[in-house]
Amino acid sequence: MKKAGILMILGPLFLLGLYVFPLWNIMLGAPQYPDPLGLNIHINGLRGVSEFDIQNIDGLNHYIGMHTLPKAEEMWEFGTFPMVIGIMVGIGVLIGVLGYLGKVSYKWFLGWFLLMSILGILGMYDFNEWLVDYGTNLDPNAIMKLTNPDGSPMTYKPPLLGHVKMLNFDVTSLPSTGAWLMFMGMMLTLVAAFMGWKSTKNQN
Amino acid sequence: MKIYNHLILTFGVALMLVSCGQQNQSSNGALSSSAAEKVYVAPGEQDEYYAFLSGGYSGNLTVYGLPSGRMFKEIPVFSQFPTSGYGYSEETVPMLNTSHGFVPWDDAHHPDISQTNGELDGRWIFINGNNTPRIARVDLSTFETAEIIEVPNSAGNHSSSFITENTEYVVAGTRFSVPVPQRDMPINEYKGNFKGALTFISVDPEHGHMAIKFQLLMPGFNYDLSHPGRGKSHGWFFFTTYNTEEANSLLEVNASQNDKDFIAAINWKKIEEYVNNGGGTKMPANYAHNVYDEHSHTGTSTMRNEVLTVDPTKVPGAVYFLPTPKSPHGCDVDPTGQYIIGNGKLSADLTVHSFDKMIAAIEGQKFDGEAYGIPILKFEDVLAGQVKSGGLGPLHTEFDGKGNAYTTFFISSEVVKWQLGTWEVIDRKPTYYSVGHLMIPGGNSRKPFGKYVVAMNKITKDRYLPTGPEMEHSAQLYDISGDKMELLYDFPTHGEPHYAAGCPAELLTSNSKKIYRLDENRHPYAVTSADGSKVVRDGNEVHVYMSTIRSHFTPDNIEGIKVGDKVYFHITNHEQDFDVPHGFAILGQNSSELLVMPGQTKTSVWEPKQVGVWPFYCTDFCSALHQEMQGYVRVSPANSNTELKWSLGE
Repeated sequence: MKKAGILMILGPLFLLGLYVFPLWNIMLGAPQYPDPLGLNIHINGLRGVSEFDIQNIDGLNHYIGMHTLPKAEEMWEFGTFPMVIGIMVGIGVLIGVLGYLGKVSYKWFLGWFLLMSILGILGMYDFNEWLVDYGTNLDPNAIMKLTNPDGSPMTYKPPLLGHVKMLNFDVTSLPSTGAWLMFMGMMLTLVAAFMGWKSTKNQN
Repeated sequence: MKIYNHLILTFGVALMLVSCGQQNQSSNGALSSSAAEKVYVAPGEQDEYYAFLSGGYSGNLTVYGLPSGRMFKEIPVFSQFPTSGYGYSEETVPMLNTSHGFVPWDDAHHPDISQTNGELDGRWIFINGNNTPRIARVDLSTFETAEIIEVPNSAGNHSSSFITENTEYVVAGTRFSVPVPQRDMPINEYKGNFKGALTFISVDPEHGHMAIKFQLLMPGFNYDLSHPGRGKSHGWFFFTTYNTEEANSLLEVNASQNDKDFIAAINWKKIEEYVNNGGGTKMPANYAHNVYDEHSHTGTSTMRNEVLTVDPTKVPGAVYFLPTPKSPHGCDVDPTGQYIIGNGKLSADLTVHSFDKMIAAIEGQKFDGEAYGIPILKFEDVLAGQVKSGGLGPLHTEFDGKGNAYTTFFISSEVVKWQLGTWEVIDRKPTYYSVGHLMIPGGNSRKPFGKYVVAMNKITKDRYLPTGPEMEHSAQLYDISGDKMELLYDFPTHGEPHYAAGCPAELLTSNSKKIYRLDENRHPYAVTSADGSKVVRDGNEVHVYMSTIRSHFTPDNIEGIKVGDKVYFHITNHEQDFDVPHGFAILGQNSSELLVMPGQTKTSVWEPKQVGVWPFYCTDFCSALHQEMQGYVRVSPANSNTELKWSLGE
């Protein structure tokens, strides 16, 4: 159980990477942008991959009536997410320490993992809602109002995951370093839970 | 097993073919390879080298890629350039200021890239204005002219702008000797009275700023070309001279009488020491020093009124003359610094002097008389060898770093490859036609990149489709990687390139700026925020603080301008995206358009002469809505009371 406890302490610490590395990344390449524009989604705000990418994405998107990308203070998520992650790391490490000392069972490990998974899915859902709004809530006076072949107004929701061809742009959306670190950390807690379960079973 | 045999057979045949190919290559030189393949840079791929060719009478510097011969940019230096507004915009007019007033043209000759430890460092490129003597420094991160300094007491600034091996100095020698200081005197009293000023301009190692350190007032010969010593000869500078006869008329005959002219060897370290210890004479002078600030996007011209002159006879051991046959043109120093080559343009042979022999002769005090108090060394004592080329009219030699030299022959229209030390001719190839200078990237440094040589020709004739009597000049590219040179390609060049400098592409590509940062814009009339635009009247001067971003001007409607006003349009480009300039032009503008790079501010003055509503627009196809990027200025009669107002989207 001691080894499991150590893993359970380590796992949540991987989430601290989210304060440094982006959670998600969206790249926009086009013929006239051989060096693609890029958007890094951090838990506390949006940042350009290159310094002026946000300004340039906004500049291009104004032609099709998209709103400018939100600043950190314009979305409650960018204030809340860092707190939620901080609290979850704190709880996770505490559970790990208690597990190491034999005060709690592996079930607490599993509980943390499940709670984190639910929060993660909620976060993804929320992120997708924003993408829908960003890509479809268009200025009625947009310079270019484009329609699909069936006559419906064209919308520009970036993909949550994967690649989409959007007008002249190739848009690719993928988890970034922060997300991979979170994924690894969560896997460690799952391993911790498994090891805890095994040692408990052996003792019995 | 059968398959295996088949494979081995195929492989064997392939091997034989390959080895046959190799045999052909070694016996026929480069002929078996395809010249087309060697110069073909496929779409989307980039050239291996930059080549900077002087524009001669265009006054500018052109940037090419090698081996493709594609031209990338014309950098305005000494000439007004309506394409960008250089020399027309308020910010750049001061760059062309001189003691003779605004001089909007020059004859740009000899570019030279900055060096550290004798190797190209790619920070700046210097170039001389020949006609109204000036030296310019072009920044190789912006590829724009950053500084121009006028050279007083000089005339026909030709043996310029060559740099020492740590860019301590950029050197400017006079071609025409003149009275120093200038004065009213009979021309036929030239001999013995005129002076030839050789100017050593120090270069600030951090910012590149130029300042005249000293001027060496030499006898009144013509100083034609020059090069620095390098390696062992670092600290010396060598100048070819002609007209040592000091003729003042019909020079083509009268300056060609002496069997030998001189190469002047200048120990600049010795003179520097002399000057640093208080030596030299301060002389009143009047010359302009123009500096462009990248952050205020503005050039400032300052008049200087003094120059430090040095009499060469006052610094013993600093200056010697090396007799060199027949009006030598190019004065070239090999990568080791041992050989100094005089390209005697009226002879068939090349004269090569030895630096070691020169030092020995000086130490042995073996002189053959003197000229105006300057010791003349004995020709035989300093001679390393002569290249019996069989060509006619040698002008300029560069080096491949593998012990070979390449010399242009103007009269016999050819490039001749010969070996340093043995003086044997290895190869010769015709040029088309009458080649002046040639360039090997790094060919004037300790470390040449001996893969290509570019020959710059003076006569074009039938090389391209005819374009009437006036044609662009012609360049030829040769592959010099093998024993024999191989002619690869012909390409036209802009203006009249007199000289060139080249370097590997990677030396410059990573430093080349993509934008100017708006948050570093210190222009006094810049608009750095989206809502900072305004129009301010001050008497009959009106300042329009205008910004641009795809795809509109802010403001785009202006009223309250009157006939007789002087309207300053200060345009700030708010883009921070690579290669998104905006242009500005207004009907009746008496200057040129402006082409404003991202983050930059430029100013154009407009003096409306007629009442009306006059449009302005963006001249650079910036975006899909470029055609919509336009605006109007209402011009009212001089005595009207139209309110000054401006707007966007109202």
